[in-house]
Amino acid sequence: MIRDITIGQYYPADSIIHRLDPRVKFTGTLALIVSLFLFDSFYGFLLCGGFVAAVIIMAKLPLKYVLKGMRPILFLLLFMMIFNLLLTPGEVLGSWWIFTVTKEGIRSALFMGLRLIFLVLGSSIMTYTTTPNKLTDAMERIFAPLKLIKVPVHEFSMMISIALRFIPILLEETDKIMKAQQARGADFENGNVFKRIKALIPLLVPLFVSAFRRAGDLAEAMEARCYHGGKGRTKLKPLKYAFRDAIAYIVLVGLIVGAVFIP
Amino acid sequence: MVNFDQVTFEYIRRDEEGNVESINKALDDISLDIKEGDFVVVLGANGSGKSTFAKHINALLEPTEGIVTVSGYNTKEEDKLLQIRENAGMVFQNPDNQIVASVIEEDVAFGPENIGVPTEEMWKRVEHALEKTGMTAYREKSPNKLSGGQKQRVAIAGVLAMRPKCIILDEPTAMLDPVGRNEVISTVKELNKQEGITVILITHYMQEAVDADFCYVMNKGNVVMKGKPREIFAKVEELKQYKLDVPQVTELAYRLRKAGLDLPECVLSEDEFTEAIRRLKCR
Repeated sequence: MIRDITIGQYYPADSIIHRLDPRVKFTGTLALIVSLFLFDSFYGFLLCGGFVAAVIIMAKLPLKYVLKGMRPILFLLLFMMIFNLLLTPGEVLGSWWIFTVTKEGIRSALFMGLRLIFLVLGSSIMTYTTTPNKLTDAMERIFAPLKLIKVPVHEFSMMISIALRFIPILLEETDKIMKAQQARGADFENGNVFKRIKALIPLLVPLFVSAFRRAGDLAEAMEARCYHGGKGRTKLKPLKYAFRDAIAYIVLVGLIVGAVFIP
Repeated sequence: MVNFDQVTFEYIRRDEEGNVESINKALDDISLDIKEGDFVVVLGANGSGKSTFAKHINALLEPTEGIVTVSGYNTKEEDKLLQIRENAGMVFQNPDNQIVASVIEEDVAFGPENIGVPTEEMWKRVEHALEKTGMTAYREKSPNKLSGGQKQRVAIAGVLAMRPKCIILDEPTAMLDPVGRNEVISTVKELNKQEGITVILITHYMQEAVDADFCYVMNKGNVVMKGKPREIFAKVEELKQYKLDVPQVTELAYRLRKAGLDLPECVLSEDEFTEAIRRLKCR
């Protein structure tokens, strides 16, 4: 089930969007989100829609794949739109039993729906086109100024990249422990909610023990390889801006300006 | 290259109030000297203190008493830690728990990144290390897609990229199948021969010690035997006392000799054995 979710997964392809500096993509996503909440007219959404569509085409992402990523938010989307539709006061268009539909309601439901769709689209385009490693690199660089107020930026990004490295290993281990416990008669599938939660204990305890052992081993191995925090560290693949990144920044500024000035 | 001078290391177990409950001497007055360029094997059963020994060379542990010197640096000097670890790289038992990055080449670069090697130089080192371990074809792959033997070779490449004088391998083959075991051991042997890197291989597989320049056998924190493999493997009875098994051919030859056949005192390989038997027939 976990494997079916495409949000946050990298889609390998050779495109200009894939080659963009991850810092551009990160700030771009932020810019898109900010602009989404700045304007309040259909022209603004037209602008955003055009922008997102252009990026999807340039990134050579198959539309089917992108839409599949939207499936998990479908429920939330409907829920939000229905509430907005029914609970916004204003000029009444029609009413039935306790429900009333207003002109403002339709408007705000549509706007909220579009906002959510573009928000999720924007951030999933970022993760589709950027490897998790590059993304953590970008975050480390973008948040580097926070080091001045003693935020352990390097340590956080190291933690994220190590977590990403160990997710498949721990998933595999969970599977192994599950099978081992099932072979000894454990039942993970039957019974009510409480029983099932209780059944997880013999799975979680060995998983945690092993995760801690791994963490200890890894810390020792990192120390043996001269790891001593972010100080004086160099990079195999340092982030470097190219000409295309400058153009991308200009486009982003255009987007924000457009969002501010569109009526 | 590596020098142990009367080194003792104690694991002290304390109860909840901090009183000493028991003292376990993992290393007990060890003195030895490993020469540059040698291929040294340290043999020992579980709990013989061989892992503790390995961690002293890399300055992961400090001796309770005595002095450990690695290429001229005393491991107790805090400010020399990075130089020591750069000079003496370490490969651990579990291949999964020592790979840090999600891409092979980035993992190989982890060590050089830590000691601040400039990017251009780093690429050269990574390429060289991958080539020497035969992992160039996998450079952009994820470590999760590799076999155990390949993962260990990546770990060796990671150490190699630091340009060490000495590599310590702490039971690198314990979790591998026979194919992976061969891959790793032959890679290490090649590095020793071609690059002249000192190799300290810690293991309980006697077979891996056959080609060593020098062997140490450890038991309960002491070095109980030392010498050329041939000298050590001849003492089958004594080795068994330390819960070590000699290779099958060696044992077979030993028993035949005991039964009265005129075989040489120590047979290390199958080829040697067949040769000895043939000579026996000719007579």
